[in-house]
Amino acid sequence: MAAVKRRTGLLFWCALGWITLVLLAAIVADVLPIPSPTDMDIFARRKGPSMAHLLGTDSLGRDVLARLIYGARISLSVGLLAPVIGLSIGGGLGLLAGYFRGRFETFVTGGVDVVLAFPPLILAMAVTAYLGQSIMNLTLVLGFLGIPAFTRVARAATLTFSAREFVTAARALGAGHARIILKELLPNVALPLGAFFLLGVAVTIVVEGALSFLGLGVPPPAPSWGVMIGEGRESLEMAPALAFLPAIVMFLTVLSFNLVGDTLRALTDPRQGAL
Amino acid sequence: MTALLDIQNIVVEFPVGNRVVQAVTRVSLAVQRGETLGLVGESGCGKSTLGRAVLQLYQPQSGAVLFDGQDLTKLAPPAMRKMRQRLQMIFQDPIASLNPRRRVGDIVAEPLIIAGVTDAAERTRRVRAVLTEVGLDPDITMARLPHEFSGGQCQRISIARALILEPELIVCDEPVSALDVSIRAQIVNLLEDMKDRYGLTLLFIAHDLAVVKAVSDRVAVMYLGRICEIAPTETLFRTPAHPYTRLLLDAIPMPDPDIRPVEGVAVGEPPSPIAPPSGCRFRTRCPRAADRCAVDMPELTALPGGQMVACHFPLQ
Repeated sequence: MAAVKRRTGLLFWCALGWITLVLLAAIVADVLPIPSPTDMDIFARRKGPSMAHLLGTDSLGRDVLARLIYGARISLSVGLLAPVIGLSIGGGLGLLAGYFRGRFETFVTGGVDVVLAFPPLILAMAVTAYLGQSIMNLTLVLGFLGIPAFTRVARAATLTFSAREFVTAARALGAGHARIILKELLPNVALPLGAFFLLGVAVTIVVEGALSFLGLGVPPPAPSWGVMIGEGRESLEMAPALAFLPAIVMFLTVLSFNLVGDTLRALTDPRQGAL
Repeated sequence: MTALLDIQNIVVEFPVGNRVVQAVTRVSLAVQRGETLGLVGESGCGKSTLGRAVLQLYQPQSGAVLFDGQDLTKLAPPAMRKMRQRLQMIFQDPIASLNPRRRVGDIVAEPLIIAGVTDAAERTRRVRAVLTEVGLDPDITMARLPHEFSGGQCQRISIARALILEPELIVCDEPVSALDVSIRAQIVNLLEDMKDRYGLTLLFIAHDLAVVKAVSDRVAVMYLGRICEIAPTETLFRTPAHPYTRLLLDAIPMPDPDIRPVEGVAVGEPPSPIAPPSGCRFRTRCPRAADRCAVDMPELTALPGGQMVACHFPLQ
């Protein structure tokens, strides 16, 4: 469709290309001809780019490109998995709350407010202290923290669509609650939720970076972009690239997710072009 | 002959904050099989609420809705679900009444799926047939989304959805109010054709008297949750008995610049349904109101010629 082309533009395709590149690299990291991300070489610390190390080495002599690619693995899997938790639990709760209203809605919105009032850093510290530092725990914490936002988006969208006459029409036809939620409401609520999911991915990548930077995230020596920025900070004066490279990669990835999310939302909005 | 739809003393209330609004107050109404009953009144008078209460979309506080002899308010959910196949509804906003994310073919097939028609080929055949009936080309329409159609076409799709189970009664809730004037006649004619072909009974809710006059056999006039007058269409438009009906008829604009608007009829806004006037609800705007009107709520009483009016001082 010509209309699709007009609304996407070059920027969208660049963003999509970058996400694909990062994703592909993360998936096939094991077969790429790159050195191990954890092998140290004490005699080649903070070296500039060379044939052996395309982007140089870090302060322990580990290959920066390899760490960036393996870091993408961790950053992306946490960044994608945590919002999936938020999307499924929060989206489900919001949908049910917006459809059934009443006591259940009061309970859900109250619970959401409680979670929102809980300081996220304290929660992350508490979980790492009691359950140990692992990628799994980090994902669970970030996923849990994402639930309130997804609940609110889903509930707000459900409220608008529940008031529309096609839902009344379905009730008049004798459709049960499950059928109305799955067939009438879900396809409509899925759109704003999907767009919000991509935004959630972007935010989670940043938060994961921040937590790892603070030492609450991914346990070393595993590389994640946040860990790399944190380590690079120590030698910021001698080798600024060690902190800036992962920062730039993270920046581009987050920006791309936001761009794609925005464009997809605009594209799939059925109201565009309606009466 | 027993009526197909017999509404008896129905009351519908909604909570508004701590108070209760009575949207429909002890309304009784009978619709004969094959008849079109027009239901008119200004916005907020409870006519849509009454229509939805018939379909049990609102649970009435008291009263009965007899459909073919069975009280819908007392049916258990599974029996009501089965009964819904015989009662359908068409809505005012043709675009909002179709799910924007589902294809027209699926929207029209939905009643069949809910009714338990499991054979997909059979469903497709019936969807194609009914789309053709309402004047749409199934090859073009079935795979498209509702927003690709105009308001009039969307209303045709709604009508197809209402017809596919071959119901006996259709509640039409202002089916043409949201449409262009040029399209209204087409949709009204389509409803008339379908009524003949399927032997339908229609409860036709509208505020446009011209449309009601064109389609109805009998007309009921509602004001603030009460029925003022019920009469055969001809009688009602020729010799209205209730002052409110008179007011409505006088408000129809004449396509003649020399005719001046009638002076001296009731003016002002209808009172709030939260605190309706005592006695006759129309007395605050009625030119004939007397002391008795503030005390006694008039009940519907029969006049000669099948006309019924709820007024202490009818116009005849």
